[in-house]
Amino acid sequence: MVALVLVGHSPLLLRGLRAMLAQAAPGVPVGVAGGTDLGALGTSAPMILAALRSVLDEGSDGAVVMLDLGSAALALEMALDDLEPADRARVRVSRGALVEGAVRAAVEAAGGGGLAGVLAASETLPGTDKLPDDWPANGTAPG
Amino acid sequence: MSGALVAGWLRLAAARIAVERARLTELDAAIGDGDHGINLDRGFRLLAARLAAGDVETAPPGALLVLAGRTITGTVGGASGALYGRALMRAGATLEARLEARPAASAVTPAQLAGVFWAAVDGVATLGRSRPGEKTMLDALVPAAVAFEAAGLGGVDLPSATRRAADAAEAGALRTLPLVARKGRASYLGRRSVDHLDPGAVSSALLVRALADAVAGVA
Repeated sequence: MVALVLVGHSPLLLRGLRAMLAQAAPGVPVGVAGGTDLGALGTSAPMILAALRSVLDEGSDGAVVMLDLGSAALALEMALDDLEPADRARVRVSRGALVEGAVRAAVEAAGGGGLAGVLAASETLPGTDKLPDDWPANGTAPG
Repeated sequence: MSGALVAGWLRLAAARIAVERARLTELDAAIGDGDHGINLDRGFRLLAARLAAGDVETAPPGALLVLAGRTITGTVGGASGALYGRALMRAGATLEARLEARPAASAVTPAQLAGVFWAAVDGVATLGRSRPGEKTMLDALVPAAVAFEAAGLGGVDLPSATRRAADAAEAGALRTLPLVARKGRASYLGRRSVDHLDPGAVSSALLVRALADAVAGVA
């Protein structure tokens, strides 16, 4: 099964998201790297590397990484640089929105989707189906 | 270049960051997210503690720099943690290679150390996809590397070479005042980032000055 790795600045945010994924798609391996090594808001390349290695070593069919913000990409790049080439080839990094992308990706992974399919699911344009079609496009309440 | 010197530099840097913590954070609050001093202090404080716990007098300097880079990248967070971590790790790896390549008992020259410094700066530029003039730490680090290299090639001794690098870094940091930020969160401000010093350039200059002072034996 394809695994997910959640990378972000807040440990609390990612713990909550992991709980949502466990409910929506039980059995999908989810690695989490949130905050710094001291638990502060921020990102940690060593923690990201450890999360990647943990899901890849579990024998998953690769991992799709989801980021909360673009500023996490620097630490992620450092972690990927330290990953062995064979493992790096099993990792895909999503441009999708964190919450919606991760939920879609987890559901796809739980359904047996491959690495490319899970990545594509995670990148489905966010917001396109969050609200019913009859809601006003300008953000005002319906009715 | 010894492990003791590297450790002395990093401890001096940690002490100065602790002193400058509020000012760095204020600079960042003006054009960023206001945590630069706090973040750097947190990481360097832990680094100083790790250096105090280990046997740094005999440790290889390259390995100490790599350890420092790992500590910083895991604890500072944000772009500055990744960039300073990358710089320290690149410096460590390059220094180790230089030390292995030299003939027995010959010292690493200032020109070679300038090469180590360049490797660190290049690591920042590559990871940050940035170059001087974009109101970043590179506006301090690149002039410092240029001055370091020129001094090294000119046969200047290490204390003078690092002092010239620190002078160039501080001048470069001051020159970020009129620049428009092109990278990071400050770039969201566009022209409103003008008339503020870049916090990363200021902390970079602080680190290079601490290096010069550690080399010169000034605490």
